[in-house]
Amino acid sequence: MRLHELPDDVFVLGAHAADWRSAVRIAGEALVAGGVTTDAYAERMVQVVDEFGAYIVIAPGLALAHARPGPDVLHDGLAVVTLDEPVVFGHPHNDPVEVVLALAVTSNEGHVTVLAELANVFNDPTATTAIAHATTVGAVRAVLDRVQPDV
Amino acid sequence: MKIIAFCGAGIGTSAILKVNAERALARLGIEADIEATDIAGLAVAAEDAQVILASPELVKFIGKTYADVVVIENYFDLDELTRKLEIALG
Repeated sequence: MRLHELPDDVFVLGAHAADWRSAVRIAGEALVAGGVTTDAYAERMVQVVDEFGAYIVIAPGLALAHARPGPDVLHDGLAVVTLDEPVVFGHPHNDPVEVVLALAVTSNEGHVTVLAELANVFNDPTATTAIAHATTVGAVRAVLDRVQPDV
Repeated sequence: MKIIAFCGAGIGTSAILKVNAERALARLGIEADIEATDIAGLAVAAEDAQVILASPELVKFIGKTYADVVVIENYFDLDELTRKLEIALG
């Protein structure tokens, strides 16, 4: 999986979420729309936060929702959701969240490439805000692709 | 030298932390093995580790360890990672 290969279906822009659970579920729906997971995966992503806390908010304004590999993951994939109003997840430093990424992988190996790509994108502290303010999928893709080699 | 990147599910966030910690170590000119692990694998993985990198939310799950626990707030901030790793490893 590479960022520039993501289908349009996994991008949801300007979604409204009443709370963090809703935000994670919207990202789960995007994974389902993209054919990445079945419905069950969204609740497993919610459970990770219930169990371990809001550590998935890994940078200011940015959450990386995910769960372990499982039968509800059809293939490796990523969804990108922007929120019309930022949502509090309960992180001590990085709240509120305006961009939710949802990652699903079939095994613990093999997704390193896309995560290195995500690191390339978000090592730039302006990337989250740029994606949050994007009004088209093309504008989000432009941010995701701008620092990648070989794209 | 061994460093643990720790997260709840062992994929995703710990892998991001591993990638960026490797970049921070390259800045410092320090060679180390960085292993991403989840809570189930932490006790074994941390036995011979010098440093455990974790989010503030996850510190309470680490338990007793001889490793230095380094709390990382922004997993993408290479300056924060470099500064904290330099202190932990210095």
